[in-house]
Amino acid sequence: MQVVVLVKSIPDPSGEAKLGPDFLVIREGDGVLDPGDEYAVEAALTLAEASGGEVAVVSMGPANAASAIRRALAMGAHRATHISDEALRGADALATAKVLAAAVRRSPFDLVLAGVESTDGYTGTLPMTVAEMLGVPSATFARKVEVTAGVARVERQTEAGYDVVECALPALVTVTASAAEPRFPTLKGIMSARSKPLEQLALADLGLSPAEVAPTQRVVAVEATAEKGPGEVIQAGDDDAARIADLLAEAKVI
Amino acid sequence: MAKVWVFTEVSADGTPAPSALELLTKARSLGDAEAVALGPGATASAAALGAHGASTVHASDDPVFTDHLSQPAAHALHALVERHRPNLILFASTHDSRDVAGRLQARTGSALMSNATDVVSPDLARTAIAGGSQLVDVALEGPVPRLILVRPKSFAAEPSGGTAAMVPVDVEIPEELRRARRLERHEETASGPKLEEARVVVAGGRGLQDAQNFALLHELAAALGNAAVGASRAVVDAGWIAYSHQVGQTGKTVKPEVYLAFGISGALQHVVGMKGAKRIVAINKDPDAPIFRLADLGVVGDALQVLPALIAEVKARRV
Repeated sequence: MQVVVLVKSIPDPSGEAKLGPDFLVIREGDGVLDPGDEYAVEAALTLAEASGGEVAVVSMGPANAASAIRRALAMGAHRATHISDEALRGADALATAKVLAAAVRRSPFDLVLAGVESTDGYTGTLPMTVAEMLGVPSATFARKVEVTAGVARVERQTEAGYDVVECALPALVTVTASAAEPRFPTLKGIMSARSKPLEQLALADLGLSPAEVAPTQRVVAVEATAEKGPGEVIQAGDDDAARIADLLAEAKVI
Repeated sequence: MAKVWVFTEVSADGTPAPSALELLTKARSLGDAEAVALGPGATASAAALGAHGASTVHASDDPVFTDHLSQPAAHALHALVERHRPNLILFASTHDSRDVAGRLQARTGSALMSNATDVVSPDLARTAIAGGSQLVDVALEGPVPRLILVRPKSFAAEPSGGTAAMVPVDVEIPEELRRARRLERHEETASGPKLEEARVVVAGGRGLQDAQNFALLHELAAALGNAAVGASRAVVDAGWIAYSHQVGQTGKTVKPEVYLAFGISGALQHVVGMKGAKRIVAINKDPDAPIFRLADLGVVGDALQVLPALIAEVKARRV
């Protein structure tokens, strides 16, 4: 089974995201593999190992996305495609979907996996836009994925619980943290990642023009919200339970 | 006048999702509001949708829209868009609506904005970033309809007293769009009030140290009465508690009278789901935890020590 994973390099999520004067997120320094995508890489490796298939990683991003891609290779992915182009700076989800769909289409695939949403942008619609462009069925929010005889069986998280969904391959599935426990790259994995095929593509290689990836949305203003001002902070032991209960009484809930 | 559509999720008994009524209330201030409801219960929902401002409800009770994921709904919605040319479609930020919006965007090539907290005009929407500390205005350009996914509870639903004309949706759904099939539905029902409706939410994070300690939160919720148990994504990911308890970006949005955060650091992902609470109490060992910036009352200390004392105090005061 050929599994493709869509991955994103994001600024270190432990830092605070900053916007530049053009209202675009500043992406300096090495990016990291989006933690949400690690679950998708792990699920892909597990499925490919069980079926004797291979895992390909596809990512769009600036040059510093390479370290995130290398991490996916170090985890065990077999090859990667990195699409980078000056014309893609500030690309929105639609443009990104066009690029990723065009890259995925270049090779046969059985299953495309992705995280539910990126940890820096939270847009959460991109995998479905890609699925529609590829013309394949999909299941989002998978907490469990199994593939038997060309059919993916997915436990899909819902607001109320979960659904069981079956989906004929080829298909696209987005996975949650419950779907897999990401492996830590071994030293051997890190070493072998350096010699795995990493294809570098520009927009033109995918037959796309800059006009086709021009953003359709634009930040026009950023304003700080009125901070309501810090409340009171006390140390544990200073009648903490009584103080919290006073607040609950003030709110008329006890 | 702009034609503003609301993509509506309905229950089989004809009850529209509360978010649809919130969105219709906003939609009618932006232009002529119409609703699209697909799946069993759609026709029966027209009265409630009309009463909240929809002049027309495009409805189909066909179970194909609930038996199969996203593709039939996106296909039908696209056919309606081609026919009626709305300027804007509002969607609730739910799993199903998000999927339909993402697929529709591939067909219309139009701008799609996620996580909006306000819609200023049919081509300008607002969202909060950096844990709600900054508001960002986003202009939507290019082809119509513009697509906006709105966070739940961004608007208060208000009846308009109107009635809607019901127009049946007669779009053929091809066989090849029925490949993802929903076989079973499981509801993980919790006792007590629903998380979104409870007057008090007692939520726990990593600081509770162990899944078993969530029993203390349940005990506090029971002592309070009208309270529900919430959780951060970290502990849901770790498998300590079911996803239906998750508060935040990928979970539920709550606006209780009081939100009590035990051992939750206050990651952006969590904060967007609870910062609308009237009063926030945070208990955390780390005095620098970002959650303290939001708290009306902060307690620097071990949540596991504060919890038993608070349970006793609440029980004593409620006698």
